Amino acid sequence: MAEKVLMKGNEALAEAAIMAGCRYYFGYPITPQTEVAAYMAKRMPKIGGTFLQAESEIAAINMVIGVSSCGYRVMTSSSSPGISLKSEGISYLAGCELPALIVNVQRGGPGLGGIQPSQSDYFQATKGGGHGDYKLIVLAPASVQEMVSLTFKGFDLADKYRMQSMILADGTMGQMMEPVSLDLGEVKEYAKPWATTGTSKHEGRNIINSLSLSPAQLEQWNIDRYEKYKIVERDEVMFEEFMMEDAEICIVAFGIAARVSKNAIMTARAKGIKVGMIRPITLWPFPKDALNKAADKVKAFLSVELNMGQMIDDVKLAINCKKPVYLCNRTGGVIMTPDEILTSLEKIEKGEAKAW
Amino acid sequence: MVVFEKTKGLTDNPLHYCPGCTHGIIHRLVAECLEELGVTGKTIGVASVGCSVFSYNYFNCDMIQAAHGRAPAVATGAKRANPDNVVFTYQGDGDLAAIGTAETVHSAARNENITIIFVNNAIYGMTGGQMAPTTLPNQVTQTSPYGRDVTVVGYPVKVCEMLSQIDGASYVERVAVNNVKNIRLAKKAIKHAFENQIAGKGFSLIEVLSTCPTNWGLSPEKAIKWLDENMEKYYPLGVYKDKYKEEK
Repeated sequence: MAEKVLMKGNEALAEAAIMAGCRYYFGYPITPQTEVAAYMAKRMPKIGGTFLQAESEIAAINMVIGVSSCGYRVMTSSSSPGISLKSEGISYLAGCELPALIVNVQRGGPGLGGIQPSQSDYFQATKGGGHGDYKLIVLAPASVQEMVSLTFKGFDLADKYRMQSMILADGTMGQMMEPVSLDLGEVKEYAKPWATTGTSKHEGRNIINSLSLSPAQLEQWNIDRYEKYKIVERDEVMFEEFMMEDAEICIVAFGIAARVSKNAIMTARAKGIKVGMIRPITLWPFPKDALNKAADKVKAFLSVELNMGQMIDDVKLAINCKKPVYLCNRTGGVIMTPDEILTSLEKIEKGEAKAW
Repeated sequence: MVVFEKTKGLTDNPLHYCPGCTHGIIHRLVAECLEELGVTGKTIGVASVGCSVFSYNYFNCDMIQAAHGRAPAVATGAKRANPDNVVFTYQGDGDLAAIGTAETVHSAARNENITIIFVNNAIYGMTGGQMAPTTLPNQVTQTSPYGRDVTVVGYPVKVCEMLSQIDGASYVERVAVNNVKNIRLAKKAIKHAFENQIAGKGFSLIEVLSTCPTNWGLSPEKAIKWLDENMEKYYPLGVYKDKYKEEK
């Protein structure tokens, strides 16, 4: 069995990125993700990598574009307000089909918001954020171990599909310490014949570009990219089923909300409420089929989220509104207690809850 | 005997620039320098947003098309990843001195080993002639229809003067392409900037005073004259900083 080490989420994520072959990190300080930058500042110079503190989040994401254009694994990390600033660059990454890993250790918003954990960037991560027709692969860790494994996976998926992977963590995941295994296996190498390395190293000229003034061509680029997204939706969905065998109520939750939900499920089960959980690990592609299948068995869904109700829309779409969907939420940096989830479950059982 | 050939540093794509625009001359100077230095095959150019957005169609090297103002950040990433490549940006005044001011100043402060070609024609060309950060006082544009009123919208940004105050910057020079002599001097400066980069001397920026007959509302000939009489006065030509030379 692999040896485990006790690590803080942000630092474990940074180490996993290095193990995935990332040697370029560009960032800007913002709570609660700054440990990623601090860890990279310490490690990168020791392993021949580049750590650069950019003058802004905007500059950082554009430095990512420069490195990715040259064909290397590269990442940036930030927290909610910083991700808004990066969104322009993320849209360009998508338009140019450049692989990259972007980490969002979410805090409460909107605006400057607060510095406590939140999941209120769900819409931003899964529905765009930047301008134009594009999708990100959105990975939602619920443990420090997943901060590690999903970072490793995120780099692989980004290279495999020439897409951008986003780790949608939250302040809790970034700050808490847990034992983790860093036994991550082999890094798969992908050929990047499109990279700008100089014309002496390849046939013809390589041009990294998202501009087309021809509507027909731009439409075709978008159609082609969405064909690729279809493959990702078919092959890359990840989720965890927890106590779903006999469940009558299905909780849908990700990240820290799923951790709290597991606690509530155990208490509810002891009280005779048959509840289970589907935890999306990929928020895009969303585990639509798993939820739709569950909708044939359970009588209700409870979406547990640290926002005003964002993922709940995707839950309703996934199940075609076949069953009522309820919301248990806190926002602004407040985390719900297991008791609050339990109360929601009891109200659903008694028919006292109001569906979304 | 062939006495003159088009530089191989440019592709055969026809330029889209307006008649009389000096972008074509500046493109040629950059391309000739790359060819003469024998580095076209290992050059990565970064195009910006504005009239020169399509420069990726013209420079005969690998190109990255950057977001508005972000070319120096993209170039920073490319150069850090491939230090053996030659990396340059080609930016206009709106791109470099308005929306991209932070990226310009900080890439200079870091002494990034890149070359920036900064084309200053005192107006936004691509969008149809709006006021630029370098539009002269009292100059009429679409968004300063009564002339640039410095009491309301402030003064033009003098990029070379500003960057010469930054310790990190290695080489900063302002040139113009309004006559044969100046074109030769411009080429010399651009070549020196690339030589600096190849020698690992760090950040170079060459500001090139350029014309925009279309949006200035002048014939190409009158536009050149306007540059002589107005732009050169406000933006004096010359070397603003050459750390490399000082060290010698």
